[in-house]
Amino acid sequence: MNPVFILARMTFVQAVRRRIVLTGLLLGLCFLIVFSIGFHMINTRSFVPPNSAEATGIQHIYDAEKASGLFLAGMYAVTFLGIAMAALLGADTLAGEINSGTIQVIVTKPIRRSDVVFGKWLGFAGLLGLYLLLLEGGVTLSILLQSGYVAPHLAAGLALIYMESLLIMTVAMACSSRFSALATGGIVFGLYGLSFIGGWIEQIGAVLNSPTAVQVGIITSLIIPSESLWRRASYEMQSPLSGLLGISPFGASSVPSLLMVAYAVLYLLAVLALTIRIFHRRDL
Amino acid sequence: MSLAPAVETYELSKTFGQNIAVKSLTLQIQQGEVFGFLGPNGAGKTTSIKMLVGLITPTSGRAALLGAPLGQRSLRARIGFLPEHFRFQDWLTAREFLTLHGQLFGMERRRLQARVDELLERVGLSDFRDKAIVTFSKGMLQRIGLAQALLNQPALVFLDEPTSGLDPVGRILVRDIIRELRTQGTCVFLNSHLLSEIEVTCDRVAFISHGEVIRLLELASLDTGQLTVSLRVSGLTAETAAGLSPWAEAIQLDGNHLTLKAHDEAALPEINQYLVTHAVAVYEIVPRRVSLEELFIQTVGRDGGL
Repeated sequence: MNPVFILARMTFVQAVRRRIVLTGLLLGLCFLIVFSIGFHMINTRSFVPPNSAEATGIQHIYDAEKASGLFLAGMYAVTFLGIAMAALLGADTLAGEINSGTIQVIVTKPIRRSDVVFGKWLGFAGLLGLYLLLLEGGVTLSILLQSGYVAPHLAAGLALIYMESLLIMTVAMACSSRFSALATGGIVFGLYGLSFIGGWIEQIGAVLNSPTAVQVGIITSLIIPSESLWRRASYEMQSPLSGLLGISPFGASSVPSLLMVAYAVLYLLAVLALTIRIFHRRDL
Repeated sequence: MSLAPAVETYELSKTFGQNIAVKSLTLQIQQGEVFGFLGPNGAGKTTSIKMLVGLITPTSGRAALLGAPLGQRSLRARIGFLPEHFRFQDWLTAREFLTLHGQLFGMERRRLQARVDELLERVGLSDFRDKAIVTFSKGMLQRIGLAQALLNQPALVFLDEPTSGLDPVGRILVRDIIRELRTQGTCVFLNSHLLSEIEVTCDRVAFISHGEVIRLLELASLDTGQLTVSLRVSGLTAETAAGLSPWAEAIQLDGNHLTLKAHDEAALPEINQYLVTHAVAVYEIVPRRVSLEELFIQTVGRDGGL
Protein backbone atom coordinates (compact mmCIF):
# COMPACT_ATOMS: atom_id res chain seq x y z
CA MET A 1 0.00 0.00 0.00
CA ASN A 2 1.11 3.54 -0.66
CA PRO A 3 2.75 5.04 2.48
CA VAL A 4 0.60 8.18 2.12
CA PHE A 5 -2.55 6.10 2.65
CA ILE A 6 -0.98 4.08 5.46
CA LEU A 7 -0.15 7.31 7.27
CA ALA A 8 -3.53 8.90 6.47
CA ARG A 9 -5.25 5.89 7.97
CA MET A 10 -2.95 6.02 10.99
CA THR A 11 -3.86 9.69 11.50
CA PHE A 12 -7.52 8.77 11.32
CA VAL A 13 -7.19 5.87 13.75
CA GLN A 14 -5.24 8.11 16.10
CA ALA A 15 -8.05 10.66 16.13
CA VAL A 16 -10.61 7.94 16.83
CA ARG A 17 -8.57 6.26 19.58
CA ARG A 18 -7.65 9.54 21.20
CA ARG A 19 -11.37 10.34 21.37
CA ILE A 20 -10.96 13.43 19.22
CA VAL A 21 -13.71 12.13 16.93
CA LEU A 22 -16.01 11.28 19.84
CA THR A 23 -15.51 14.69 21.46
CA GLY A 24 -16.12 16.39 18.12
CA LEU A 25 -19.28 14.36 17.56
CA LEU A 26 -20.71 15.00 21.02
CA LEU A 27 -20.00 18.72 21.00
CA GLY A 28 -21.25 18.91 17.42
CA LEU A 29 -24.50 17.26 18.44
CA CYS A 30 -24.84 19.64 21.39
CA PHE A 31 -24.35 22.54 19.00
CA LEU A 32 -27.00 21.16 16.64
CA ILE A 33 -29.50 20.64 19.46
CA VAL A 34 -29.03 24.18 20.76
CA PHE A 35 -29.22 25.56 17.23
CA SER A 36 -32.38 23.60 16.41
CA ILE A 37 -34.14 24.67 19.60
CA GLY A 38 -33.13 28.28 18.97
CA PHE A 39 -34.32 28.11 15.40
CA HIS A 40 -37.60 26.55 16.48
CA MET A 41 -38.26 29.31 19.02
CA ILE A 42 -37.53 32.10 16.55
CA ASN A 43 -39.25 30.39 13.64
CA THR A 44 -42.55 30.00 15.44
CA ARG A 45 -42.69 33.73 16.27
CA SER A 46 -44.00 36.09 13.67
CA PHE A 47 -42.62 39.58 13.17
CA VAL A 48 -45.62 40.74 11.20
CA PRO A 49 -48.90 41.56 13.01
CA PRO A 50 -51.17 38.66 12.08
CA ASN A 51 -54.16 40.77 11.16
CA SER A 52 -52.48 43.43 9.07
CA ALA A 53 -53.52 43.80 5.48
CA GLU A 54 -50.12 42.97 4.02
CA ALA A 55 -49.68 39.94 6.31
CA THR A 56 -49.99 37.13 3.81
CA GLY A 57 -47.71 38.65 1.16
CA ILE A 58 -44.99 39.90 3.41
CA GLN A 59 -45.16 36.96 5.81
CA HIS A 60 -43.70 34.72 3.19
CA ILE A 61 -40.75 37.04 2.53
CA TYR A 62 -40.16 37.52 6.26
CA ASP A 63 -40.10 33.78 6.87
CA ALA A 64 -37.63 33.18 4.09
CA GLU A 65 -35.37 36.03 5.28
CA LYS A 66 -35.56 34.80 8.84
CA ALA A 67 -34.58 31.29 7.80
CA SER A 68 -31.80 32.64 5.56
CA GLY A 69 -30.42 34.86 8.32
CA LEU A 70 -30.44 32.06 10.87
CA PHE A 71 -28.96 29.64 8.36
CA LEU A 72 -26.01 31.99 7.76
CA ALA A 73 -25.64 32.61 11.50
CA GLY A 74 -25.50 28.82 12.00
CA MET A 75 -22.98 28.42 9.20
CA TYR A 76 -20.88 31.23 10.66
CA ALA A 77 -20.67 29.31 13.94
CA VAL A 78 -19.94 26.07 12.06
CA THR A 79 -17.14 27.81 10.17
CA PHE A 80 -15.57 28.95 13.41
CA LEU A 81 -15.84 25.46 14.95
CA GLY A 82 -14.26 24.03 11.79
CA ILE A 83 -11.40 26.51 11.99
CA ALA A 84 -10.78 25.79 15.67
CA MET A 85 -10.73 22.05 14.97
CA ALA A 86 -8.43 22.58 11.96
CA ALA A 87 -5.99 24.70 13.96
CA LEU A 88 -5.89 22.22 16.85
CA LEU A 89 -5.38 19.18 14.61
CA GLY A 90 -2.71 20.86 12.50
CA ALA A 91 -0.85 22.55 15.35
CA ASP A 92 0.01 19.45 17.35
CA THR A 93 0.71 17.00 14.58
CA LEU A 94 4.30 17.51 13.41
CA ALA A 95 5.46 19.59 16.37
CA GLY A 96 4.03 17.06 18.82
CA GLU A 97 5.57 14.08 17.09
CA ILE A 98 8.95 15.75 16.65
CA ASN A 99 8.90 16.69 20.31
CA SER A 100 7.93 13.24 21.54
CA GLY A 101 10.22 11.46 19.06
CA THR A 102 7.53 9.23 17.54
CA ILE A 103 8.46 10.75 14.19
CA GLN A 104 11.94 9.15 14.38
CA VAL A 105 10.75 5.61 13.74
CA ILE A 106 8.45 6.81 10.95
CA VAL A 107 10.82 8.86 8.80
CA THR A 108 13.61 6.28 9.03
CA LYS A 109 11.42 3.85 7.11
CA PRO A 110 11.84 3.64 3.33
CA ILE A 111 9.36 6.47 2.71
CA ARG A 112 9.71 10.10 1.70
CA ARG A 113 9.29 12.80 4.30
CA SER A 114 6.71 14.33 1.98
CA ASP A 115 4.68 11.10 2.37
CA VAL A 116 4.40 11.91 6.08
CA VAL A 117 3.12 15.42 5.35
CA PHE A 118 0.69 14.26 2.64
CA GLY A 119 -0.53 11.33 4.75
CA LYS A 120 -1.28 13.48 7.77
CA TRP A 121 -2.83 16.18 5.62
CA LEU A 122 -5.10 13.66 3.96
CA GLY A 123 -6.10 12.11 7.29
CA PHE A 124 -6.98 15.50 8.76
CA ALA A 125 -8.77 16.57 5.58
CA GLY A 126 -10.97 13.47 5.96
CA LEU A 127 -11.63 14.19 9.62
CA LEU A 128 -12.48 17.83 8.97
CA GLY A 129 -14.69 16.78 6.08
CA LEU A 130 -16.70 14.47 8.32
CA TYR A 131 -16.89 17.00 11.12
CA LEU A 132 -18.09 19.78 8.84
CA LEU A 133 -20.47 17.45 7.03
CA LEU A 134 -22.10 16.65 10.36
CA LEU A 135 -22.39 20.28 11.41
CA GLU A 136 -23.24 21.79 8.03
CA GLY A 137 -25.61 18.94 7.21
CA GLY A 138 -27.22 19.22 10.64
CA VAL A 139 -27.84 22.96 10.34
CA THR A 140 -29.16 22.63 6.77
CA LEU A 141 -31.41 19.71 7.67
CA SER A 142 -32.72 21.31 10.85
CA ILE A 143 -33.80 24.42 8.93
CA LEU A 144 -35.16 22.41 6.02
CA LEU A 145 -37.33 20.25 8.28
CA GLN A 146 -38.60 23.13 10.37
CA SER A 147 -39.21 25.72 7.70
CA GLY A 148 -38.69 24.13 4.31
CA TYR A 149 -35.92 26.66 3.50
CA VAL A 150 -32.89 25.66 1.44
CA ALA A 151 -30.16 28.23 0.82
CA PRO A 152 -29.10 28.94 -2.77
CA HIS A 153 -25.77 27.57 -4.07
CA LEU A 154 -25.59 25.31 -1.02
CA ALA A 155 -22.92 22.94 -2.37
CA ALA A 156 -20.59 25.78 -3.41
CA GLY A 157 -21.04 27.52 -0.07
CA LEU A 158 -20.39 24.41 1.99
CA ALA A 159 -17.36 23.54 -0.13
CA LEU A 160 -15.92 27.03 0.48
CA ILE A 161 -16.36 26.62 4.25
CA TYR A 162 -14.60 23.26 4.04
CA MET A 163 -11.83 24.86 2.05
CA GLU A 164 -11.38 27.54 4.69
CA SER A 165 -10.84 24.92 7.36
CA LEU A 166 -8.40 23.07 5.07
CA LEU A 167 -6.50 26.31 4.57
CA ILE A 168 -6.21 26.93 8.31
CA MET A 169 -5.20 23.31 8.91
CA THR A 170 -2.50 23.56 6.23
CA VAL A 171 -1.12 26.80 7.69
CA ALA A 172 -1.10 25.16 11.14
CA MET A 173 0.81 22.17 9.76
CA ALA A 174 3.36 24.46 8.10
CA CYS A 175 4.01 26.30 11.39
CA SER A 176 4.01 22.99 13.23
CA SER A 177 6.84 21.70 11.04
CA ARG A 178 9.02 24.49 12.39
CA PHE A 179 7.64 25.73 15.73
CA SER A 180 6.19 24.16 18.88
CA ALA A 181 2.49 23.32 19.05
CA LEU A 182 1.83 26.23 21.39
CA ALA A 183 3.62 28.77 19.20
CA THR A 184 1.80 27.36 16.17
CA GLY A 185 -1.57 27.84 17.88
CA GLY A 186 -0.62 31.44 18.66
CA ILE A 187 0.49 32.16 15.10
CA VAL A 188 -2.53 30.54 13.46
CA PHE A 189 -5.12 32.23 15.64
CA GLY A 190 -3.20 35.51 15.25
CA LEU A 191 -3.39 35.19 11.47
CA TYR A 192 -7.05 34.24 11.66
CA GLY A 193 -7.69 37.32 13.82
CA LEU A 194 -5.87 39.44 11.25
CA SER A 195 -7.98 38.14 8.39
CA PHE A 196 -11.10 38.52 10.51
CA ILE A 197 -10.48 42.17 11.31
CA GLY A 198 -9.31 42.79 7.74
CA GLY A 199 -12.60 41.37 6.50
CA TRP A 200 -14.57 43.72 8.74
CA ILE A 201 -12.57 46.76 7.64
CA GLU A 202 -13.28 45.77 4.05
CA GLN A 203 -17.01 45.34 4.71
CA ILE A 204 -17.38 48.62 6.57
CA GLY A 205 -15.26 50.32 3.90
CA ALA A 206 -17.55 48.99 1.20
CA VAL A 207 -20.67 50.27 2.99
CA LEU A 208 -19.09 53.68 3.66
CA ASN A 209 -17.62 53.86 0.16
CA SER A 210 -14.02 53.97 1.36
CA PRO A 211 -11.77 52.41 -1.26
CA THR A 212 -8.74 52.61 1.09
CA ALA A 213 -10.51 50.51 3.73
CA VAL A 214 -11.46 47.98 1.05
CA GLN A 215 -7.81 47.86 -0.06
CA VAL A 216 -6.69 47.17 3.53
CA GLY A 217 -9.15 44.28 3.61
CA ILE A 218 -7.85 42.91 0.33
CA ILE A 219 -4.24 43.12 1.53
CA THR A 220 -5.06 41.16 4.69
CA SER A 221 -6.87 38.63 2.48
CA LEU A 222 -3.66 38.26 0.50
CA ILE A 223 -1.71 37.64 3.73
CA ILE A 224 -4.19 34.92 4.66
CA PRO A 225 -7.31 34.42 2.53
CA SER A 226 -9.34 32.40 5.06
CA GLU A 227 -11.96 35.04 5.92
CA SER A 228 -12.54 35.89 2.28
CA LEU A 229 -13.52 32.25 1.70
CA TRP A 230 -16.20 32.58 4.36
CA ARG A 231 -17.41 35.83 2.87
CA ARG A 232 -17.59 34.26 -0.57
CA ALA A 233 -19.46 31.29 0.93
CA SER A 234 -21.97 33.55 2.68
CA TYR A 235 -22.40 35.57 -0.51
CA GLU A 236 -23.18 32.39 -2.44
CA MET A 237 -25.68 31.19 0.16
CA GLN A 238 -27.41 34.44 1.15
CA SER A 239 -30.85 35.28 -0.10
CA PRO A 240 -30.90 38.02 -2.77
CA LEU A 241 -32.68 40.39 -0.39
CA SER A 242 -30.28 40.07 2.55
CA GLY A 243 -27.46 41.08 0.24
CA LEU A 244 -29.15 44.44 -0.06
CA LEU A 245 -29.66 44.89 3.67
CA GLY A 246 -26.03 45.85 4.17
CA ILE A 247 -23.56 44.97 6.82
CA SER A 248 -23.77 41.90 9.04
CA PRO A 249 -21.19 39.38 10.17
CA PHE A 250 -23.12 36.64 8.42
CA GLY A 251 -23.46 38.33 5.08
CA ALA A 252 -21.14 39.93 2.58
CA SER A 253 -21.32 43.47 1.33
CA SER A 254 -17.88 43.53 -0.30
CA VAL A 255 -17.73 40.22 -2.10
CA PRO A 256 -14.37 38.50 -2.64
CA SER A 257 -13.93 37.75 -6.31
CA LEU A 258 -13.52 34.29 -7.81
CA LEU A 259 -9.93 35.38 -8.38
CA MET A 260 -9.53 35.57 -4.60
CA VAL A 261 -10.93 32.03 -4.32
CA ALA A 262 -8.40 30.85 -6.91
CA TYR A 263 -5.71 32.70 -4.96
CA ALA A 264 -6.77 30.82 -1.82
CA VAL A 265 -6.39 27.49 -3.62
CA LEU A 266 -2.91 28.42 -4.81
CA TYR A 267 -2.10 29.74 -1.34
CA LEU A 268 -3.06 26.40 0.20
CA LEU A 269 -0.92 24.48 -2.29
CA ALA A 270 2.03 26.82 -1.74
CA VAL A 271 1.79 26.45 2.05
CA LEU A 272 1.65 22.67 1.67
CA ALA A 273 4.74 22.76 -0.52
CA LEU A 274 6.47 24.96 2.06
CA THR A 275 5.58 22.48 4.82
CA ILE A 276 7.19 19.68 2.85
CA ARG A 277 10.28 21.76 2.22
CA ILE A 278 10.71 22.75 5.88
CA PHE A 279 10.03 19.24 7.13
CA HIS A 280 12.34 17.71 4.54
CA ARG A 281 15.26 19.85 5.67
CA ARG A 282 14.63 19.71 9.37
CA ASP A 283 16.94 17.80 11.73
CA LEU A 284 14.77 15.48 13.79
CA MET B 1 33.32 -10.58 -4.33
CA SER B 2 33.93 -8.69 -1.14
CA LEU B 3 30.94 -7.10 0.56
CA ALA B 4 30.71 -3.34 0.87
CA PRO B 5 31.29 -2.19 4.45
CA ALA B 6 28.11 -1.99 6.52
CA VAL B 7 29.07 1.48 7.69
CA GLU B 8 31.70 3.71 6.17
CA THR B 9 32.11 7.31 7.21
CA TYR B 10 34.72 9.84 6.31
CA GLU B 11 35.20 12.98 8.39
CA LEU B 12 31.52 13.19 9.14
CA SER B 13 30.67 16.22 11.23
CA LYS B 14 27.68 18.04 12.67
CA THR B 15 27.54 21.45 14.24
CA PHE B 16 24.49 23.02 15.83
CA GLY B 17 25.24 26.76 15.75
CA GLN B 18 28.46 27.18 17.76
CA ASN B 19 28.22 23.74 19.26
CA ILE B 20 30.21 20.95 17.62
CA ALA B 21 28.28 17.73 18.26
CA VAL B 22 30.36 15.46 16.03
CA LYS B 23 33.78 16.71 14.96
CA SER B 24 35.23 14.27 12.50
CA LEU B 25 33.90 10.76 12.47
CA THR B 26 35.83 8.32 10.33
CA LEU B 27 34.80 4.71 10.72
CA GLN B 28 34.60 1.48 8.82
CA ILE B 29 32.44 -1.37 10.07
CA GLN B 30 32.18 -4.64 8.19
CA GLN B 31 28.96 -6.50 7.51
CA GLY B 32 28.12 -9.04 10.17
CA GLU B 33 30.16 -7.23 12.79
CA VAL B 34 28.78 -6.24 16.20
CA PHE B 35 30.18 -2.80 16.80
CA GLY B 36 30.05 -0.92 20.07
CA PHE B 37 30.01 2.83 20.16
CA LEU B 38 31.20 4.02 23.53
CA GLY B 39 31.51 7.40 25.05
CA PRO B 40 30.43 9.61 27.91
CA ASN B 41 27.15 11.49 27.81
CA GLY B 42 27.21 14.29 25.26
CA ALA B 43 30.11 12.78 23.31
CA GLY B 44 28.10 12.76 20.09
CA LYS B 45 26.98 9.12 19.99
CA THR B 46 23.29 9.76 19.36
CA THR B 47 24.00 12.56 16.87
CA SER B 48 26.28 10.17 14.95
CA ILE B 49 23.56 7.51 14.78
CA LYS B 50 20.96 10.10 13.79
CA MET B 51 23.15 11.21 10.90
CA LEU B 52 23.61 7.63 9.75
CA VAL B 53 19.90 6.80 9.80
CA GLY B 54 19.02 10.04 8.02
CA LEU B 55 17.34 12.01 10.81
CA ILE B 56 20.01 14.69 10.83
CA THR B 57 21.83 16.14 7.83
CA PRO B 58 25.62 16.12 8.34
CA THR B 59 27.34 19.51 8.19
CA SER B 60 30.24 18.01 6.25
CA GLY B 61 31.92 14.74 5.38
CA ARG B 62 30.49 11.70 3.69
CA ALA B 63 29.09 8.34 4.63
CA ALA B 64 27.71 5.20 3.05
CA LEU B 65 25.76 2.32 4.52
CA LEU B 66 25.84 -1.11 2.86
CA GLY B 67 27.53 0.53 -0.11
CA ALA B 68 24.76 3.09 -0.69
CA PRO B 69 25.04 6.81 0.07
CA LEU B 70 23.10 8.15 3.07
CA GLY B 71 19.57 9.30 2.40
CA GLN B 72 18.79 6.74 -0.30
CA ARG B 73 15.22 5.57 0.26
CA SER B 74 15.71 1.96 -0.84
CA LEU B 75 18.65 1.73 1.56
CA ARG B 76 16.35 2.35 4.52
CA ALA B 77 14.44 -0.84 3.68
CA ARG B 78 17.58 -2.77 4.70
CA ILE B 79 18.15 -0.92 7.97
CA GLY B 80 16.60 -1.20 11.40
CA PHE B 81 16.66 1.52 14.05
CA LEU B 82 15.77 1.71 17.71
CA PRO B 83 16.06 5.33 18.89
CA GLU B 84 17.22 6.27 22.34
CA HIS B 85 14.39 8.29 23.84
CA PHE B 86 11.60 6.76 21.87
CA ARG B 87 7.90 7.22 22.20
CA PHE B 88 5.67 5.18 19.99
CA GLN B 89 2.16 5.46 18.65
CA ASP B 90 0.81 4.31 22.00
CA TRP B 91 -2.84 4.29 20.98
CA LEU B 92 -2.10 1.16 18.95
CA THR B 93 -1.91 -2.38 20.26
CA ALA B 94 1.40 -4.23 20.07
CA ARG B 95 0.34 -6.14 16.99
CA GLU B 96 -1.13 -3.08 15.23
CA PHE B 97 2.03 -1.12 15.98
CA LEU B 98 4.30 -3.74 14.43
CA THR B 99 1.93 -4.14 11.47
CA LEU B 100 1.96 -0.39 10.84
CA HIS B 101 5.75 -0.27 10.84
CA GLY B 102 6.00 -3.37 8.69
CA GLN B 103 3.70 -1.72 6.16
CA LEU B 104 5.93 1.34 6.20
CA PHE B 105 8.84 -0.99 5.43
CA GLY B 106 6.78 -2.03 2.41
CA MET B 107 6.47 -5.63 3.59
CA GLU B 108 3.99 -7.91 1.91
CA ARG B 109 0.95 -8.70 4.12
CA ARG B 110 1.39 -12.47 4.55
CA ARG B 111 5.07 -12.26 5.31
CA LEU B 112 4.42 -9.36 7.65
CA GLN B 113 1.80 -11.19 9.70
CA ALA B 114 4.11 -14.16 10.20
CA ARG B 115 7.01 -11.88 11.07
CA VAL B 116 4.93 -9.89 13.60
CA ASP B 117 3.89 -13.08 15.42
CA GLU B 118 7.42 -14.42 15.34
CA LEU B 119 8.90 -11.21 16.77
CA LEU B 120 6.23 -10.82 19.46
CA GLU B 121 7.14 -14.34 20.55
CA ARG B 122 10.86 -13.60 20.40
CA VAL B 123 10.69 -10.49 22.60
CA GLY B 124 8.30 -12.18 25.01
CA LEU B 125 5.23 -10.06 24.29
CA SER B 126 2.97 -12.70 22.75
CA ASP B 127 0.58 -12.50 25.68
CA PHE B 128 0.30 -8.75 25.25
CA ARG B 129 -0.20 -8.68 21.49
CA ASP B 130 -3.65 -7.14 21.73
CA LYS B 131 -2.91 -4.76 24.59
CA ALA B 132 -2.56 -1.05 23.88
CA ILE B 133 1.03 0.16 24.05
CA VAL B 134 -0.04 2.96 26.38
CA THR B 135 -0.39 0.32 29.13
CA PHE B 136 3.17 -1.01 28.64
CA SER B 137 5.99 -0.67 31.16
CA LYS B 138 9.31 0.85 30.09
CA GLY B 139 10.85 -2.57 29.67
CA MET B 140 7.96 -3.73 27.49
CA LEU B 141 8.30 -0.59 25.37
CA GLN B 142 11.97 -1.36 24.87
CA ARG B 143 11.08 -4.87 23.74
CA ILE B 144 8.42 -3.75 21.29
CA GLY B 145 10.85 -1.10 20.02
CA LEU B 146 13.47 -3.73 19.40
CA ALA B 147 10.94 -5.90 17.57
CA GLN B 148 10.09 -2.87 15.42
CA ALA B 149 13.76 -2.45 14.47
CA LEU B 150 14.02 -6.09 13.35
CA LEU B 151 10.78 -6.35 11.35
CA ASN B 152 12.44 -6.13 7.95
CA GLN B 153 15.26 -8.57 8.80
CA PRO B 154 17.75 -5.75 8.34
CA ALA B 155 21.31 -6.19 7.16
CA LEU B 156 22.33 -3.39 9.50
CA VAL B 157 20.61 -2.39 12.73
CA PHE B 158 21.25 0.64 14.91
CA LEU B 159 20.40 0.21 18.57
CA ASP B 160 20.70 3.34 20.66
CA GLU B 161 20.90 2.34 24.31
CA PRO B 162 18.76 -0.78 23.82
CA THR B 163 19.05 -1.98 27.41
CA SER B 164 18.25 1.25 29.23
CA GLY B 165 15.18 0.67 31.33
CA LEU B 166 15.44 -3.09 31.11
CA ASP B 167 15.64 -5.43 34.07
CA PRO B 168 18.34 -8.15 34.09
CA VAL B 169 16.05 -10.62 32.28
CA GLY B 170 15.39 -8.08 29.57
CA ARG B 171 19.11 -7.37 29.25
CA ILE B 172 19.88 -11.02 28.75
CA LEU B 173 17.15 -11.13 26.11
CA VAL B 174 18.72 -8.22 24.23
CA ARG B 175 22.14 -9.83 24.51
CA ASP B 176 20.80 -13.09 23.10
CA ILE B 177 19.04 -11.30 20.26
CA ILE B 178 22.26 -9.49 19.37
CA ARG B 179 24.11 -12.83 19.32
CA GLU B 180 21.43 -14.30 17.06
CA LEU B 181 21.75 -11.33 14.75
CA ARG B 182 25.49 -11.88 14.55
CA THR B 183 24.96 -15.53 13.57
CA GLN B 184 22.54 -14.41 10.89
CA GLY B 185 25.17 -12.06 9.52
CA THR B 186 23.45 -8.84 10.57
CA CYS B 187 25.69 -5.95 11.44
CA VAL B 188 24.75 -4.40 14.78
CA PHE B 189 25.74 -0.85 15.65
CA LEU B 190 25.31 -0.70 19.40
CA ASN B 191 25.32 2.57 21.23
CA SER B 192 25.66 2.12 24.93
CA HIS B 193 27.30 3.38 28.03
CA LEU B 194 26.83 0.05 29.78
CA LEU B 195 30.37 -1.19 29.35
CA SER B 196 29.76 -4.70 30.61
CA GLU B 197 27.03 -4.95 27.99
CA ILE B 198 29.41 -3.99 25.20
CA GLU B 199 32.14 -6.22 26.56
CA VAL B 200 30.10 -9.38 26.19
CA THR B 201 28.37 -8.61 22.91
CA CYS B 202 30.70 -6.61 20.67
CA ASP B 203 33.49 -7.62 18.31
CA ARG B 204 34.95 -4.17 18.16
CA VAL B 205 34.44 -0.88 19.95
CA ALA B 206 35.12 2.76 19.22
CA PHE B 207 35.68 5.18 22.06
CA ILE B 208 34.25 8.54 21.22
CA SER B 209 34.83 11.77 23.07
CA HIS B 210 33.98 15.34 22.06
CA GLY B 211 32.60 14.06 18.80
CA GLU B 212 35.73 12.23 17.70
CA VAL B 213 36.83 8.61 17.69
CA ILE B 214 39.81 8.50 19.99
CA ARG B 215 40.42 4.77 20.06
CA LEU B 216 39.36 1.70 18.13
CA LEU B 217 39.71 -1.64 19.80
CA GLU B 218 39.22 -5.30 18.89
CA LEU B 219 37.60 -6.79 21.95
CA ALA B 220 39.23 -10.17 21.23
CA SER B 221 42.60 -8.51 21.86
CA LEU B 222 41.50 -7.78 25.42
CA ASP B 223 41.75 -11.53 26.14
CA THR B 224 45.41 -11.80 25.22
CA GLY B 225 46.34 -8.43 26.63
CA GLN B 226 48.07 -7.47 29.83
CA LEU B 227 47.05 -9.01 33.11
CA THR B 228 47.06 -7.26 36.43
CA VAL B 229 48.10 -9.86 39.00
CA SER B 230 47.93 -9.59 42.73
CA LEU B 231 49.78 -12.10 44.93
CA ARG B 232 49.75 -12.87 48.64
CA VAL B 233 53.21 -14.06 49.68
CA SER B 234 55.61 -14.23 52.63
CA GLY B 235 59.40 -14.07 52.75
CA LEU B 236 59.73 -11.89 49.66
CA THR B 237 62.41 -9.22 49.60
CA ALA B 238 62.46 -6.21 47.33
CA GLU B 239 65.51 -7.60 45.56
CA THR B 240 63.84 -10.94 44.79
CA ALA B 241 60.74 -9.04 43.62
CA ALA B 242 62.86 -6.95 41.22
CA GLY B 243 64.03 -10.23 39.68
CA LEU B 244 60.51 -10.73 38.24
CA SER B 245 61.14 -8.09 35.55
CA PRO B 246 61.55 -10.57 32.64
CA TRP B 247 57.85 -11.57 33.03
CA ALA B 248 56.23 -8.44 34.40
CA GLU B 249 56.39 -4.71 34.98
CA ALA B 250 55.01 -2.21 37.47
CA ILE B 251 56.08 -4.53 40.27
CA GLN B 252 55.00 -3.23 43.67
CA LEU B 253 55.58 -4.90 46.98
CA ASP B 254 53.54 -3.78 49.95
CA GLY B 255 54.23 -6.01 52.96
CA ASN B 256 52.95 -9.42 51.98
CA HIS B 257 51.06 -8.10 48.97
CA LEU B 258 52.66 -8.02 45.59
CA THR B 259 51.01 -6.50 42.52
CA LEU B 260 52.40 -6.53 39.03
CA LYS B 261 51.41 -6.40 35.40
CA ALA B 262 52.22 -9.68 33.74
CA HIS B 263 53.00 -9.57 30.04
CA ASP B 264 50.68 -12.49 29.35
CA GLU B 265 49.01 -15.48 30.94
CA ALA B 266 51.93 -17.80 30.15
CA ALA B 267 54.07 -15.75 32.55
CA LEU B 268 52.06 -16.84 35.59
CA PRO B 269 53.53 -20.36 36.15
CA GLU B 270 57.01 -18.99 35.54
CA ILE B 271 56.49 -16.25 38.11
CA ASN B 272 55.26 -18.87 40.55
CA GLN B 273 58.27 -21.10 39.90
CA TYR B 274 60.69 -18.19 40.30
CA LEU B 275 59.18 -17.28 43.65
CA VAL B 276 59.22 -20.86 44.94
CA THR B 277 62.85 -21.39 43.95
CA HIS B 278 63.68 -18.17 45.84
CA ALA B 279 62.10 -19.64 48.99
CA VAL B 280 59.04 -17.41 48.89
CA ALA B 281 55.81 -18.92 50.19
CA VAL B 282 52.97 -18.21 47.72
CA TYR B 283 49.43 -18.27 49.18
CA GLU B 284 47.46 -16.69 46.39
CA ILE B 285 47.86 -15.63 42.75
CA VAL B 286 44.91 -13.67 41.33
CA PRO B 287 45.14 -12.61 37.70
CA ARG B 288 42.71 -9.91 36.58
CA ARG B 289 42.18 -8.80 32.99
CA VAL B 290 42.10 -5.14 32.12
CA SER B 291 38.40 -4.51 31.93
CA LEU B 292 36.77 -2.37 29.31
CA GLU B 293 35.85 -0.02 32.10
CA GLU B 294 39.52 0.53 32.99
CA LEU B 295 40.34 1.08 29.35
CA PHE B 296 37.46 3.49 29.06
CA ILE B 297 38.67 5.53 32.02
CA GLN B 298 42.25 5.41 30.67
CA THR B 299 41.09 6.58 27.27
CA VAL B 300 38.42 9.12 28.05
CA GLY B 301 39.68 10.22 31.46
CA ARG B 302 37.89 10.31 34.77
CA ASP B 303 36.11 13.54 33.94
CA GLY B 304 34.24 11.61 31.28
CA GLY B 305 35.52 13.88 28.55
CA LEU B 306 33.72 16.90 30.00
